[in-house]
Amino acid sequence: MDAPTLPSVDEVWRWLDAVPDPEIPVISVVELGIVREVAYDGDTLVVAVTPTYSGCPATAMIDLDIEAALRGHGVEKLRLERRLSPPWTTDWIGPDAREKLRAYGIAPPVDGTAADGRLALRAARLSGGNAAVLCPRCGSPDTQKVSQFGSTPCKASYRCTECLEPFDYFKCI
Amino acid sequence: MAALLDTAIDRASLFEFLLRMGDNALVLGHRVSEWCGHAPVLEEDIALANTALDLIGQTQLWLGLAGEVEGQGRSADNLAYLRDAHEFRNLLLVELPNGDFGRTLMRQFLFDAWHLPMLKALAASSDPRVAEIAAKAVKEVAYHVERSADLVIRLGDGTEESHARMQAALDELWPYTGEMFLSDAADEAVAAAGIAPAPASLREGWRDTVAAVLAEATLKEPAGAYAHKGGRSGRHTEHLGYILAEMQFLQRAYPGSTW
Repeated sequence: MDAPTLPSVDEVWRWLDAVPDPEIPVISVVELGIVREVAYDGDTLVVAVTPTYSGCPATAMIDLDIEAALRGHGVEKLRLERRLSPPWTTDWIGPDAREKLRAYGIAPPVDGTAADGRLALRAARLSGGNAAVLCPRCGSPDTQKVSQFGSTPCKASYRCTECLEPFDYFKCI
Repeated sequence: MAALLDTAIDRASLFEFLLRMGDNALVLGHRVSEWCGHAPVLEEDIALANTALDLIGQTQLWLGLAGEVEGQGRSADNLAYLRDAHEFRNLLLVELPNGDFGRTLMRQFLFDAWHLPMLKALAASSDPRVAEIAAKAVKEVAYHVERSADLVIRLGDGTEESHARMQAALDELWPYTGEMFLSDAADEAVAAAGIAPAPASLREGWRDTVAAVLAEATLKEPAGAYAHKGGRSGRHTEHLGYILAEMQFLQRAYPGSTW
């Protein structure tokens, strides 16, 4: 009897693109950029996943969701690997996913605004955050940073001074 | 480098260094987490909890690697939950009680201003395992120092009351900062192997960062160079025992239990 044909790597990527992030379910784990590699080691499927933040409590849940999805598609031999390097960056979130975040009410990352510890930028930050962060509800650029930290490690807290709504900003790292 | 790491003495030094990194993150992460549900406003509560979460995540990476380097089969959890106070290698600064909100932020800033350049240097470590953990952590810590510096300035250059509290916090914590820049044989061994910077090499950059922020915060840098020390070699204040009593209770009462 012939062994069952193993699913192609491309097919596995498509399956993974249907696995939602547990905390931001409008984007998939692939769109979030945390699936780093899909490959075969002999007949074992190996999926390399990188954490967004080192203490992100969703990491274990994500591994479980990925495993459940692949098992559901009939994958029997599977190994999930943690990959730290290169470290995850919001640069890996593509334009389509950014639009989905915005529509969901989370301001998408604004490239080039990652914290780098330089204090020269402090005055600009204190005077009202980065004007390039648009309110995801009304689109106004008149927004203020409330805190570098928000409801999950990957987000910061902002408020809109136009429509007065608070919102989450997916901060750059 | 590989040959160097294969010798027992350098493995011991690397283990020691990794415990210091991991224990700083663990003990400070635990201290900061004590604020959860108690901070003055919701946004600050969330920010402190996030900072603690980052630090605990980094702890898992550092202590995980420490256990791997030691080669005795100890996991990050074993190292966190089953060592006694004299086996911990964190700075005395991070085990001090939180005090008020201002003092917690002052301690955080004094630590962050050291932690960030340390991690930047470690990202170029000759040991790729150290470099990849540092490259991950440095992105998180850049946000920690951004926030702690902001708040030291806001509170220092704030009301008469907040200014007085921040100056008192600074005066009290200052003698605990010198320990960050002390060296022993383990530090010299990892520095010689290109694994980590010599602690003293970080002092000047730290002083510059701190001086700039304190000036903006209208706070006065305390005089005197006296440094409390001992944490990095396992001689701690009485406070660490109380932290461990709380943190390790479950594993001590129910050995080996898992989630």
